[in-house]
Amino acid sequence: MVNIDVAVIGGGSAGMAAALSAKENGVENILILEQGNELGGILQQCIHNGFGLQVYNEELTGPSFAQKLIDEVNNNNIDYRLETTVISITKDKQITYVNEKEGYVSVKAKSIILACGCYERNRGAISIPGVRVKGIYTAGEAQKLLNIENILVGKRVFILGSGDIGLIMARRMMLEGAKVLGVAEIMPYSNGLMRNIVQCLKDFDIPLYLSHTIIDVQGKEHVEKITIGKVDKNKKLIKGTEKDFWVDTLLLAVGLIPETSLTQTAGIQLDAHTKGPLVNDRFETTVPGIYACGNALHVHDLVDFVTMESKLVGRFVAEDILSYTTTPNLINVFPLEGVNYVLPQRLNKDVKEKVTFYFRVNKPYKESKVEFLDGDRVIKSVKKKYMLPANMERITLKKDEINNISFDLKVRVSEI
Amino acid sequence: MIKELICIICPMGCHLQIEMDDMKNINLVTGNSCPRGEKYACKELIHPERILTSTVRIEGAIHPMLPVMTDKAVAKDKMFDVMKKLKEVRIKAPVKYEDIIIENVCDTGANIIASRSMDKYEKL
Ligand SMILES: Cc1cc2nc3c(=O)[nH]c(=O)nc-3n(C[C@H](O)[C@H](O)[C@H](O)COP(=O)(O)OP(=O)(O)OC[C@H]3O[C@@H](n4cnc5c(N)ncnc54)[C@H](O)[C@@H]3O)c2cc1C
Ligand code: SF4
Repeated sequence: MVNIDVAVIGGGSAGMAAALSAKENGVENILILEQGNELGGILQQCIHNGFGLQVYNEELTGPSFAQKLIDEVNNNNIDYRLETTVISITKDKQITYVNEKEGYVSVKAKSIILACGCYERNRGAISIPGVRVKGIYTAGEAQKLLNIENILVGKRVFILGSGDIGLIMARRMMLEGAKVLGVAEIMPYSNGLMRNIVQCLKDFDIPLYLSHTIIDVQGKEHVEKITIGKVDKNKKLIKGTEKDFWVDTLLLAVGLIPETSLTQTAGIQLDAHTKGPLVNDRFETTVPGIYACGNALHVHDLVDFVTMESKLVGRFVAEDILSYTTTPNLINVFPLEGVNYVLPQRLNKDVKEKVTFYFRVNKPYKESKVEFLDGDRVIKSVKKKYMLPANMERITLKKDEINNISFDLKVRVSEI
Repeated sequence: MIKELICIICPMGCHLQIEMDDMKNINLVTGNSCPRGEKYACKELIHPERILTSTVRIEGAIHPMLPVMTDKAVAKDKMFDVMKKLKEVRIKAPVKYEDIIIENVCDTGANIIASRSMDKYEKL
């Protein structure tokens, strides 16, 4: 069996950034396995701009951002296989992949990095009422069909969910000649960036219905009509607020979930909140030597953060390969009031450097504080002017602050 | 006349009110929490501009479409003209990232450039 130092599963921004950083930190024998016919992952279909300000200091489109990473991968002679799907991984870090040229192949790696991205929640996941008809797509599917294949999925469109992918698609379909009749969001606030609300909806006079959801889908074979209605605080329909829209297409932009189908055979534990693997401060999953980063770990809004996180993970992997010390003593990290999830979920007893915590709040907060607690003792408090569930927050604790923790670490948010 | 805008420069998303006279001169901007909001309001009301991203047809490449963008912001009301122009374009691989596809598109002063490279591609 072929031996590899670091095998990276997924050649999107996360996989490429992790591989580049592992190489930069001294690992020679790296292999990226990518199921698509080119590197770049989801970025290749995100043709709008707005990426790259943090990493490259310029505003790039998704394909441009991918291009920069792909050029770096090629310049560094990092090995990759395209049209190659990983079908299983084991605890002992044996990887089985399949492609047309080689057939089924098993390789053995010292470390594995899971960078297989995420998938979109679809109709089944949110159980939309009404008949089963054609014409319902996730926003990402419609994006891929339009931007890569040149197929416009419909002419009269309604969008459920106000996440950024849905907003971006609203503008994109309008520019291509379709009519977008509205966007409905069940929450009383939008899940997208303000910039996208203004430039994708307001620029094209597309109405945004907050606190609204779809209550019916009708049509014979194809979607013909949808009905939305306003909901109260408990997400119950308010009678008499129903509105009908005659459409041929319904796009769903209702959330992303980390792709974890490979974690099971290796026995990797998942987190109920992020739906991705549980990791420690070095982004190692519950199986030693298997790491995760990017959207496969938790859903990111910005590729810049994916790239920065994955570069960090690439370095950790390289360091751990060169001198690995297991620390069986772990400190657990929990979200409390106001926090949807916090990552990493575990810390090694003696961390070697500062740790950045990533978390999301459960609703919009103005003038509030984020507190880190060891048992009942507040060890750090950070004031924030403005926090939204749509924006991932990041706060860094110093090495000393963490190494003095005696119980566990909890994070909570409250208004001041 | 009072116009309303949401500032998009930072996540605060301040709601701006802009007082304009009949000559469309801006007299007063309120609701902004910092000076950047005022600057944004002036720009956005007098001469709104956007970067436009889209695709053009390409032959002999890995995909049938090449992603492209304007190399600087163009007047918002020119967006549909530029889109129409893009529909007429047919190019052939190979293309390099940032190659100019259309110069001075629709007299906006902006060029249409390739968002990525696309090599010649033969399906095996
Ligand atoms: C539809 C959509 C639109 C988005 N739009 C934006 C946006 O506009 N701006 C923004 O900043 N962020 C956007 N994001 C977030 C975006 O995902 C991140 O910015 C970033 O690009 C994610 O990188 P990644 O490498 O983690 O995942 P991906 O780019 O998804 O890469 C994962 C890769 O793993 C491969 N893979 C998966 N399973 C296997 C397997 N078993 N074997 C081999 N290969 C496998 C996939 O083919 C894919 O190439 C979007 C996400 C989605 C889903
Ligand atoms: S006015 Fe200033 S603080 Fe308010 S959104 Fe604009 S940039 Fe942010």
